[in-house]
Amino acid sequence: MELASLAIRSIFVENILLAYFLGMCSFLAISKRVQTATGLGMAVIFVQTLTVPANWVIRRFLLDPGALAWTGSAALAALDLSFLTFICFIAVIASLVQLVEMILDRFFPRLHHSLGIFLPLITVNCAILGGSLFMVERSYGFAESVVFGASSGVGWALAIMAMAAIRKKLRYSNIPGGLRGLGITMIMTGLMAMAFMIFAGIQF
Amino acid sequence: MPSKLKRVAVDPLSENNPITIQVLGICSALAVTVKMDTAVVMSICLTAVLALSNLTISLLRRAIPTRIRMIVEVSIIATLVILADQLLRAFAYDISRQLTVFVGLIITNCIVMGRAEAFALQNPPLPSLVDGLANGLGYSGVLLAVATMREVLGSGTWFGWRVLPEAYPGNGLMLLAPGAFLALGLIIWAQRTLSGHVEND
Repeated sequence: MELASLAIRSIFVENILLAYFLGMCSFLAISKRVQTATGLGMAVIFVQTLTVPANWVIRRFLLDPGALAWTGSAALAALDLSFLTFICFIAVIASLVQLVEMILDRFFPRLHHSLGIFLPLITVNCAILGGSLFMVERSYGFAESVVFGASSGVGWALAIMAMAAIRKKLRYSNIPGGLRGLGITMIMTGLMAMAFMIFAGIQF
Repeated sequence: MPSKLKRVAVDPLSENNPITIQVLGICSALAVTVKMDTAVVMSICLTAVLALSNLTISLLRRAIPTRIRMIVEVSIIATLVILADQLLRAFAYDISRQLTVFVGLIITNCIVMGRAEAFALQNPPLPSLVDGLANGLGYSGVLLAVATMREVLGSGTWFGWRVLPEAYPGNGLMLLAPGAFLALGLIIWAQRTLSGHVEND
């Protein structure tokens, strides 16, 4: 039940994009067409579900103070490598994205084709690194980090797909020059964020 | 050459501002702007990381193989960010707690990568350093504008000093996420109207 509640919270109330502003760059750049937005959204769900638990394992068994105790060596067990968190996480994300791309290319060429150029772009999407850092910050367990990874990815995908649909309609409206493009998109995102806050308080 | 260097230094402040025109690095611009002091610290961190990463990458530009340049860039940036984070933890622990994950997220801040790719890889160290500083200042300008708007309207204070009368109730919306989006949207509108930049879809 707690996990279900965590999922609802990270999809709607604490949406990683609308409440924590992560992944804005690709959100603004790729939300012009619904189809590409959907592709990128799917890729983010996929990668996020893998990287958050993978980084949990790295953090738990390599980086935390005393995490190397499983090696049985007292000198290693005394190490605190947590200052290496950032560089390890970004390396894990970059290599995992590369790996996922290779596996998809080999076994699911159609899916790989439809995700196309979006997979490599995900390495520099801050929602992915942010998801892993939030996992550390809030000290989630393994099951929680799987659920958090998947549902924050779903939340991000939901937001970008909705925004792409709104921008499609917006093309027919006459917007003042300076507000066109980025300006109006920010204001609409603000309205969307307000709407998503309505879900606050839903508990299981 | 000095006039070219001047262009490099002045352009990113308004005409080619990293946030409002190049649309880079928006995430942190929104997240840390509830209060002025977090915004100032974040601006200093990003400007320092950006200037130093531009300088380092420009010094190494002939030594970096093109095929693995992304990985080299990310590791340089990540190293600088780790330094910034450790310094903050040592000397400004409170602020570092308030900034939570957003110092770490400078690694994936598109401004840093974007300037490395677009400028530092092709230019000598001095202009790259200037470009890094100028883009950092352009970013800081927008960040401080958003933070001023949010802190003054949201809690009636500026850097913690009360600027609006005690009776001002405080607009809670400005402190929440939607307020950040609306404030940045309006600032972008104003900045683009002033600089005459129009985006065509």
